[in-house]
Amino acid sequence: MTYGSVRHHLRIDRPADQVWELAGDPARLHEWFPGIDACQVDGTRRVITLGSGIPMPEEILVNDPVLRRFQYRLDLPMIQHHRGTIDVLDLGDGTCVVSYQTDCDPRTMALTIGGGTAGALDELKRQMETES
Amino acid sequence: MGRKILFITTDQQRYDTLGCNGGSVARTPVIDAVAAQGVRYERAQPQSVVCMPSRSTMLTGQHPSTHGVWMNGVPLPVDAPSVASELHDVGYRTALIGKPHFQPFLDPFARYEENRFARDGQPAPHRGFEHLEFATHGAQGFLHYARWMAAEHPGDVGKFYPVLDPTMEVNAMGGGDTGAPQAWRNEIAREHYHTDWVADRTISWLDSLGADDDWFCWMSFPDPHHPWDPPASEIDRIDWREVPLPAGYIEDRDERERVLDQKPAHWRAWYDGRLVSNYEAPLHWVPATLTADQVREVNALNAVEVELIDEAIGRVLAAVAARGWDDDVDIVFTTDHGELQGDFGLLFKGPYHTDSLMRLPLIWRPAPSSVPVPATVTAPVGIVDLAPTFCSIAGVPVPDYMEGRPLPIDDADASARGFERVLTEWDSVLFGVNVHLRTITRDGWTCSTYAPGTSHDGTEGELYDLTADPLQQVNRWDDPSVRALRDDLLDDLRAHQPEMMSPLPRVEAPV
Repeated sequence: MTYGSVRHHLRIDRPADQVWELAGDPARLHEWFPGIDACQVDGTRRVITLGSGIPMPEEILVNDPVLRRFQYRLDLPMIQHHRGTIDVLDLGDGTCVVSYQTDCDPRTMALTIGGGTAGALDELKRQMETES
Repeated sequence: MGRKILFITTDQQRYDTLGCNGGSVARTPVIDAVAAQGVRYERAQPQSVVCMPSRSTMLTGQHPSTHGVWMNGVPLPVDAPSVASELHDVGYRTALIGKPHFQPFLDPFARYEENRFARDGQPAPHRGFEHLEFATHGAQGFLHYARWMAAEHPGDVGKFYPVLDPTMEVNAMGGGDTGAPQAWRNEIAREHYHTDWVADRTISWLDSLGADDDWFCWMSFPDPHHPWDPPASEIDRIDWREVPLPAGYIEDRDERERVLDQKPAHWRAWYDGRLVSNYEAPLHWVPATLTADQVREVNALNAVEVELIDEAIGRVLAAVAARGWDDDVDIVFTTDHGELQGDFGLLFKGPYHTDSLMRLPLIWRPAPSSVPVPATVTAPVGIVDLAPTFCSIAGVPVPDYMEGRPLPIDDADASARGFERVLTEWDSVLFGVNVHLRTITRDGWTCSTYAPGTSHDGTEGELYDLTADPLQQVNRWDDPSVRALRDDLLDDLRAHQPEMMSPLPRVEAPV
């Protein structure tokens, strides 16, 4: 099997809409994803620049503020398939769960990217919960 | 002025690859001479048989369950305890030159400091090391050696074997004369190869020190870990066709498979290509296809790499002597874990706790000024004992967080201080496959017990008599005649195995 799927999630003590404002903005990913230094958005195209200096072109597939789902795919020759999916789920008590899923072929990229997304969720939670 | 410490590690080197340990393929006169002057350990074992957990044990003096690096891909926190910090705090100059691997290498986000130092510089002592220069198995990536190669010898960068395949799995591509996986003819100039680079950079750092400085230098060679791609100019040293098959390689296929079938199911499943439980083995390689000639060639190339390391160590020891330090330098030589290298028809490593991976070369030559008595220690010791040993050499009290003890200087010392057992642990969870085992070695026996996982229901185990069965080909786990011994070993294991850190630290990358 060459396909890998990695999912991380955590609860954030802030309303879903407030978290979505940051997490759902494709141009602000670098503000909360450690290891991404810059984002450039042009329509449904986004180019992120990694901390290593590597540029990664992406296609934005879903940006649904009602469902609070953001989905994109990496557009690289070595990637056979990729979906990155961010969901912000309202728990109805002024808090939310944020899930960041990575599905990828080759599978090793799922694990490598997945480590980054876990760190990103930690940083998102830190920023949201320390924000006055 | 105190004793200085040269800590030399290799990566994935078997016990039997040194002349002083009975090896006959590689010539290792430098290490053999060091061993003759000091203490040679015949039963030194790692607390994990993969790189990141084992190296974290070297640094912290803790078992993987305690330091939390429970598999490759789990980073050791930057503020984890460190023997280098203990030594630096009392005035030692400190350096780590070569392969670190406390943080994942597969790091395109450059999230980890150790992957950024070569580009961004090192602002302050890191894990207690004031000087760091890093290398790993090749010239790709973000470490100091790769940047040096890209800047100074760009034409040589692409000559190494590609460690990963285009899908970023450990490469199964065959090379050399026999098509053995990870065997390769590397046309790089010898002086550009990482073994000589590590020695050169070590000598350069030592030359920068004052004559009266005390120092702790961890010189960490990436070889003889696969790929087996030493400089082509050197491979004629050993004709693979003349290399004897290792004792652990069972030529007869039926017999080999009968031995594998006595072991827990994941052994045979990997051999047959039905299960690859860990990232360290190539996903697309089936061990059952390994030929006797491939085993010979892998062993020959491995031996060439071992010889190059021996010669590099010789250059560093000459530089130490030239500074007039020889009488005051303790030399410790070891590795992080072993290599299957043909045993049971297998290569590489994984959740297989036999001597192939667990019996390590370990040599300690105390500073001649301390008037050491050459000795051989047969009692079990561990990599976990290294950090306390360094503290002891430096006259620093062994911190409470360390779980090992200063190494014994002979068997009488080992007996007096109760060196009875050594523990090794394995945990892995990778793409839906999990394996968990715990091992104790005591009284000449090795006993492993498995927790429930993908291939195990929790009742499986391995029990080997290391004296009667030195190649671990007869699993006595279900033998009623040794049931009491088995149960006693398991009780002892449970009594001494540290609890796994909770919550379990996250796996951040494959390696």
